[in-house]
Amino acid sequence: MTPRLLRWLIPLSAVPVLALLAYGFRVNPRDIPSPLVGRPASAFALQTLEGAPLALEAQRGKVVVLNFWASWCYPACYEEAPVLERNWRAYRDRGVVVIGVDIQDKLEAAQKFTRDFGLSFPNARDTTGKVSVDYGVYGVPETFFIDRRGRIRAKHVGAVTDEAFRLNVEKLLSETTG
Amino acid sequence: MRARAPLLGLALALVLAAGAAAQARRVAEQQVQDVAAQLRCVVCQNLSVADSPSEMASQMRAIVRERLEAGEAPAQVVQYFVERYGEWILLSPRRHGFNLLVWAMPAVAVAVGFTLVGLVLVRWTRRGAAAGRVAATPVDTAMRDRIRRELEP
Repeated sequence: MTPRLLRWLIPLSAVPVLALLAYGFRVNPRDIPSPLVGRPASAFALQTLEGAPLALEAQRGKVVVLNFWASWCYPACYEEAPVLERNWRAYRDRGVVVIGVDIQDKLEAAQKFTRDFGLSFPNARDTTGKVSVDYGVYGVPETFFIDRRGRIRAKHVGAVTDEAFRLNVEKLLSETTG
Repeated sequence: MRARAPLLGLALALVLAAGAAAQARRVAEQQVQDVAAQLRCVVCQNLSVADSPSEMASQMRAIVRERLEAGEAPAQVVQYFVERYGEWILLSPRRHGFNLLVWAMPAVAVAVGFTLVGLVLVRWTRRGAAAGRVAATPVDTAMRDRIRRELEP
């Protein structure tokens, strides 16, 4: 190898590394595509914070917004709680149901959270973590949009915004039940 | 007296059953750790489910145990998590397809490094040898006289 070629080769070898870093630092490491999108939503039967039974199966035929949260998840869960409540009120008569699943939490703290935000949609506790794992939850908040046929169609990581809620729900509502 | 034999049998059966159950649990504990060590603790930064003290990890270990006790093979339990979280849940990427690049890159980098060092060394030794030849050229007589003069007391 001639010295001239060698002189070029060393800086050139840094190019792929720099390209990889340039790409890697731009993407959010927490933004992992869920393999569950497009797949049937796992059934679950939990108890609400008030002790009433709550099963996903019972909501078949409705568009379900399944939100995983925790009272210690500040600020994201605190930001989205009013958004969920607002949109649930706006859409409940159009065949949309919002279900909250409280994970890794204490019952009293969770009850205080729903009380403080005046949440009127059903909230259940996942005490064993099984529902969280079934939905591949790796943090809170995470929200799944489930269509009328019971398939997961979208996953939203982080606090849900009015826009994200509306966009996903309107899309699923516009679909005819196949 | 007659009642003793069945009682004894029952006691023996109980002891045996307890022993068998304890053994099954012990085996499972190591298996649980083995499976959990392959899984990424989802709420941590670079910790395995086996190493994390978090509640989520302990719940995941309980799920691993439950599935193993239900008779699933370790690979099936791992697959259960992969189906829900994607391959991201695995601490070491599987050795196929694009992932092979991750496994091959360090070896390739070391090989390239050694080659470069080798090439540079060859160049340096060659230059050194060339410099040696230059030094070996005879010193002219005027210089030799001068050196002799200056060395004399």
